[in-house]
Amino acid sequence: MNPVLSVRQLEKRFGAVVAADALTLDIPAGQKISLIGANGAGKTTFVNMVTGYLKPDNGTILLDGIDIGRRSPRSVARLGISRSFQIPQLFVELTAAENLTVAISGIGTRMSLRAPAEAQGRRDNAVELLERFGLADLADRPISELAGGVRKLIDIAMALVRRPKLLLLDEPTSGVSAEEKFTTMDRVIHAVAPDAATIVFVEHDMEIVSRYADRVVAFYQGRILADGVPAEVLNNQEVRRYVTGGAR
Amino acid sequence: MRKDLHPLIMIAVVAGVTLFGRVLPTWTLSLATIAASNALIALGIVVLARTGNVSFGQGLFFAAGGYGVALIANAWGLTDAVAQVIVGAACGGLLGLVIGPLIARYSGIFFGMLTLALSMVFYGALVKSTALGGSDGFNVGRPSLFGMTFTDPREADFMLYAVSVIVTGFAGIAATILFRSEFGLASLAVRENNLRVEYLGLSANRIISINFLIAAIFAGASGAFALMAQRHIDPQFAYWTTSGEFVFVAVLAGNQSVAAVFVASMALELVRSFSNLYLPNTWQLVLGIFLLGVILFLPRGIGSLWIRDRHKRRIPATASLTAERGAAP
Repeated sequence: MNPVLSVRQLEKRFGAVVAADALTLDIPAGQKISLIGANGAGKTTFVNMVTGYLKPDNGTILLDGIDIGRRSPRSVARLGISRSFQIPQLFVELTAAENLTVAISGIGTRMSLRAPAEAQGRRDNAVELLERFGLADLADRPISELAGGVRKLIDIAMALVRRPKLLLLDEPTSGVSAEEKFTTMDRVIHAVAPDAATIVFVEHDMEIVSRYADRVVAFYQGRILADGVPAEVLNNQEVRRYVTGGAR
Repeated sequence: MRKDLHPLIMIAVVAGVTLFGRVLPTWTLSLATIAASNALIALGIVVLARTGNVSFGQGLFFAAGGYGVALIANAWGLTDAVAQVIVGAACGGLLGLVIGPLIARYSGIFFGMLTLALSMVFYGALVKSTALGGSDGFNVGRPSLFGMTFTDPREADFMLYAVSVIVTGFAGIAATILFRSEFGLASLAVRENNLRVEYLGLSANRIISINFLIAAIFAGASGAFALMAQRHIDPQFAYWTTSGEFVFVAVLAGNQSVAAVFVASMALELVRSFSNLYLPNTWQLVLGIFLLGVILFLPRGIGSLWIRDRHKRRIPATASLTAERGAAP
């Protein structure tokens, strides 16, 4: 099977710091892949390069065979990669439904200067998407009044609007209480399922990783330390030493 | 769903205000014409401010509209008021079409300062241009309307009042429709987080450029009205204090209501006229106190007198914010 995303010899440096050191990785369609690693290992830099926020110093990033390494975040999003953020990036003065409506507006080629934003069809789509996350009753609440966990889910819902080929989630359960982390992740997986997107999620919680990932890629100092099924990677001696600290 | 005025009702309000000019005293007509003209350009500033950017140099487009109309009027004898407004809007719009995409990549204070700098460059060029009358400017003839000329000053004032109210009123209706549209919502999103807007596949620069273009068109049309009212144009149209006055109106109005822009503009003209009449040496002080009062007591602008927070209208007063799942304490 051809990979959705194919990364070859990807390099990125910030001065003396090597954030990506000849990264090579293939991501097949339909997998749920977790990126793990200590802070500064290069996970978020990888996500930022794939989504166009950072330009790699060297190497190629292919999405379905198209080189996206020099493209803008907007162009990458239009080609089929969406992301959520470690700190939810929402429009806090707008309501949950309005946030989704803005995301829906991005799907077409041009926005209407006349068609009301609250037109029933558009609102129905926004509410339907919130419903997938069990948040429909919060549709008319401004983001500024919502708790961190809910914001996280809305951030992910916005990323889903485009039915992306590849969905990148940056620490989807960070800031969520220990009791709610599995519920949150269940909701995310359930909500993403209808679109059968390939998911790459950055995660520090090894319980989440072992429970939800089909495959784990461990990063260390900009390199891939280990790549394989969760049980294998999480028991890897180097991963235990440099990433999990013997956490399992 | 929000319950807003239907456009037909707004058209009826514009028609009513226009006809109301028939019973207004003559001195009020010219005051209202200037207020409507200033409201039009301030409305453009409010449109642009919804993307989080404030232009301190709308005098550039105001002057471009005014000079464009004045030159064409003198060269080809174009005196029709409606045609002059269209020409003014086109001049402002063309300039906005060129400048907008160039400065859309800047934000905040850099955006504001760039617009100010461009208007002052234009001012400097106008002052030095002898062909355009230098710092003295030049005069234009009295406007006509659809072939009719107005020799009676009262009728001429009413004609100008009517055209300015109708044009500004329709600009207000268009702005209201724009604010409610998906483009209007995306503009608010740009103000809050333009990077996220890009990640959603939208172009923040394009959204800012379009809003900038609309503001430039309004400013150009406003310049045409100012020219028709004064029948004289000079580089002061592009000076920074002129631009500052328009920002002043926009600040007074706030960005919650289109009607507030017209109320703020009229209030400012009234305060200015009366303080000029009764306190000729300290009228600026009165204006400053007036602005301070509005900022202190109506920090979200005059519009907040009748528009509450946009979300509070939708949530029932009985809804408990903390009882619902997921609500922050």
